[in-house]
Amino acid sequence: MNLIRRTLLSASIAISILGTNASIAAEPIKIGLVAALSGQSALSGAAISKGLAIAIDQINAAGGLLNGRKLELVRRDDESNPAKGVVAARELIFKEKVAVIFGGLDTPVSMAIVPLVNQEKIPFMGPWAAGTPITNNGANPNFVFRVSAVDEIVDQGMVDYAQKTFKTSKFGLILVNNPWGESNEKGLKAALAAKGLTAVGSEKFEANDVDIVPQLTRLKAAGADTLFLVGNVGPSAQVVKSLDRMGWKVPIVSHWGPAGGRFTELAGPNAKDVHFVQTYSFFGAQSPVGEKVVKALMAKYPEIKGPEDISPAVGVANAYDGMLLVAQAIAQAGSTEGDAIRRAFYQLDDVTGLIKKYSKPFKPGVHDALTKDDYVWARFIDNRILPVSLN
Amino acid sequence: MLFSALISGLGLGSMYGLMALGFYLTYAVSGTVNFAQGSSMMLGAVVTFTFAQTFGWPVFISVLVALMLCAAYGLIVEIVAVRPFVKRGSDAWLMATVALGIVLDNVVMFTFGKEPRSLPSVLATTPIQLGSSGVGVYPLQLVIPVVGLLLAAALHFISRYTRWGTAMLAVTQNRDAAKLMGIPIQYTIAAAFAMSTMLAGVAGVLIAPLFNVNADMGTLFGLKAFAVAILGGIGSAWGVMLAGILFGIAESLITSSIGSGYTQIIMFTLVIIVLALKPNGLFGRAQVRKV
Repeated sequence: MNLIRRTLLSASIAISILGTNASIAAEPIKIGLVAALSGQSALSGAAISKGLAIAIDQINAAGGLLNGRKLELVRRDDESNPAKGVVAARELIFKEKVAVIFGGLDTPVSMAIVPLVNQEKIPFMGPWAAGTPITNNGANPNFVFRVSAVDEIVDQGMVDYAQKTFKTSKFGLILVNNPWGESNEKGLKAALAAKGLTAVGSEKFEANDVDIVPQLTRLKAAGADTLFLVGNVGPSAQVVKSLDRMGWKVPIVSHWGPAGGRFTELAGPNAKDVHFVQTYSFFGAQSPVGEKVVKALMAKYPEIKGPEDISPAVGVANAYDGMLLVAQAIAQAGSTEGDAIRRAFYQLDDVTGLIKKYSKPFKPGVHDALTKDDYVWARFIDNRILPVSLN
Repeated sequence: MLFSALISGLGLGSMYGLMALGFYLTYAVSGTVNFAQGSSMMLGAVVTFTFAQTFGWPVFISVLVALMLCAAYGLIVEIVAVRPFVKRGSDAWLMATVALGIVLDNVVMFTFGKEPRSLPSVLATTPIQLGSSGVGVYPLQLVIPVVGLLLAAALHFISRYTRWGTAMLAVTQNRDAAKLMGIPIQYTIAAAFAMSTMLAGVAGVLIAPLFNVNADMGTLFGLKAFAVAILGGIGSAWGVMLAGILFGIAESLITSSIGSGYTQIIMFTLVIIVLALKPNGLFGRAQVRKV
């Protein structure tokens, strides 16, 4: 009896020690994601998830980070709702103990999470939301980084592109009536002012507006010869349909809203007239990294048969590159401690991503890895987002 | 510019009117409304899309099925979210109808998907130019006011000249007396709810080709339609339809003359002013309250 008890006791001690050791060795590094996984913007959350998953698979296949610790993605749905985003971020920080949080498409959600991550000293990587104040948030130290377009820079890019491509100068602004539209109204007006220009008119529309003819009629009457459009895919399509009804053929230069869904289906044949900004396109010649990522996506997701199915491309590409930068920062920091990762971001060795080769992308005061030169201008041709240079 | 705003507003306003007719119908019979009319409108559009686009059924049959399902949903609203509360003399049906609408929106989001989709229609492909002013409209934009006015006329006719209409009026005037006369009150109310959601379904089917189809497409419409119903005087079919058209035209005129930033501020301020001056709505009559 005694012998049995002693054997059982020593066996259980042995198991528990082995177990503890095993769990230390294999304890994963958790990477959090707070994005829209349901609702109208659900495709964006799916795209970010895919980009992160491919990068994480590659990092894990190469042995993980910090002596073999694997990365594990923990996703939470913010339903495009700032309050839900904050609750999700709190849960990821305090319960899941994630090392880094990735954000989603919605600027208001990211803006709501920013004060929390700065307070809790958890690095935040934005792979999509373009609001200027997300990274430019005034906090010191600032834990928020981004691999995506930035409204302020996109606005300058839109003005440059319109001038260069259409040789026009009378610009009308047609913007969705929400903080995103407002932020771009400021940005576009500033970008125009920097060139000594002013907009001939600035009109707002609601996300649920059916008919935008009255607003567009005002812009036409004001003499606009090019429109700057800022809105998500549904409302952007309503602008194109309203222009069609008016019979007004006018060049449209847009922020990346149309890329968020089935723009050709929603806007009809005139969808192709909208030129919009992207950070990456899987069409055309790909770099070795691009080829590797496309292959991995096709292998992991049966619904992806080619570049046309990797949509929206910006979500996948930005998230992939963001994850590579985060992994490099964790590796260089030698720990998952938030402040160490933040400091490592400023010292990053070169990282070759999809969008470009990043060399020292971040420094204090510069928390955006992409610049105006990294943008790609694209159009929807037959339901596919093609770079303007390819068509 | 003025003409273009008028045309735009007419189409949009008729849509508000159609949905507001639904509020009128149930209010007239039971003194209750389905606050989630927007969801019923969305249901009409989503079901039509599913049958016509996903399953490839002929459009006419898809629309019929969609409207029947809308009617069935109206019955569910009445049986689940209105009747039990009214029976107990509670006003909780207010919240219950909203809750049911939210449930429906989310069920659709799960089953139909999250992306906005497009429901093409031959009536909304090639715009026709009106006059020499360069004002273009899709034929569907002209069909909507016609359908709206025809339905308002039909409702008016039914309520005045048919047995069901007489029964409806009797229930409105005096429930107990109507009951004593052998009028099946409960059926009359249920039928009114079914027709009400069907009207919203018609609005959804008509608007889908001009807009897009998505799970939360009805929210703002529902809200505006309710404002229109109150504005028109919720007890008059013609009143709510006309109020809808006025609301739509005013919206368009304000946007094109003053600018879109002010539209909602001015519109809803106007609603408050009109209701302050005419508490029973533009075309409504004060109810006689017997004490």
